[in-house]
Amino acid sequence: MTDEMYDEEGGPVKKFLYLNRKAPYGTIYALESLEVVLIGAAFEQDVSLLFMDDGIFQLKKGQDTKGIGMKNFSPTYRALEMYDVEKLYVDKKSMDERGLSADDLVVPVEILDAAQVADLMEDQDVILSF
Amino acid sequence: MAIEVNGKTLETDEEGYLVNLADWTEDAGAIIATTENIDMTENHWEVVNFLREYYDEYQIAPAVRVLTKAIGKKLGPEKGNSKYLYELFPYGPAKQACKIAGLPKPTGCV
Repeated sequence: MTDEMYDEEGGPVKKFLYLNRKAPYGTIYALESLEVVLIGAAFEQDVSLLFMDDGIFQLKKGQDTKGIGMKNFSPTYRALEMYDVEKLYVDKKSMDERGLSADDLVVPVEILDAAQVADLMEDQDVILSF
Repeated sequence: MAIEVNGKTLETDEEGYLVNLADWTEDAGAIIATTENIDMTENHWEVVNFLREYYDEYQIAPAVRVLTKAIGKKLGPEKGNSKYLYELFPYGPAKQACKIAGLPKPTGCV
């Protein structure tokens, strides 16, 4: 590949997309995905996060987890910027189906339609689905 | 494992991190610091308190790279660098300061 990027130490920089499709609680997927993103950030790769289906709810403002005895980890998404993870996308159809707009979410996101989602995926070296 | 603070027994995990965040007091922090062989100064407490505020806001203990950057932003470049932070906490600023602050081990820290 001629357009491959290299980091400061000369290692290749790959494009990683973390695809989040599940509700934040009830399964461990959302929290595990977030932890992998935070740990993976140390490797300084080109990281994007895409939220689809019930995964959209991971970013919903005003989560109250008292009743289920789980930590509300939604504030942690706001720390991603400090980990240099700045490309956050949501799927428009999933947002519309749930009656949500960008204002309902804890972090700024870019809303993508189906064609843009396909382009985003096409553009990646690695896609990790949670 | 457990530590003894003002007559109260506080549960810790096998590495000495407090199990219940709510158990933390400055006295507890001071006692954990002695187990880490750290002589707490105002500069140490500044980092510990910074971490507690960070955790309160983001619900995570930051990785050391992020901690350094965030401290630099808030307290200035003379404190936001690894040399300064490692002088305060020789065995790892994130690891040791988090333990003293009563926070969980930072994500991704082994």
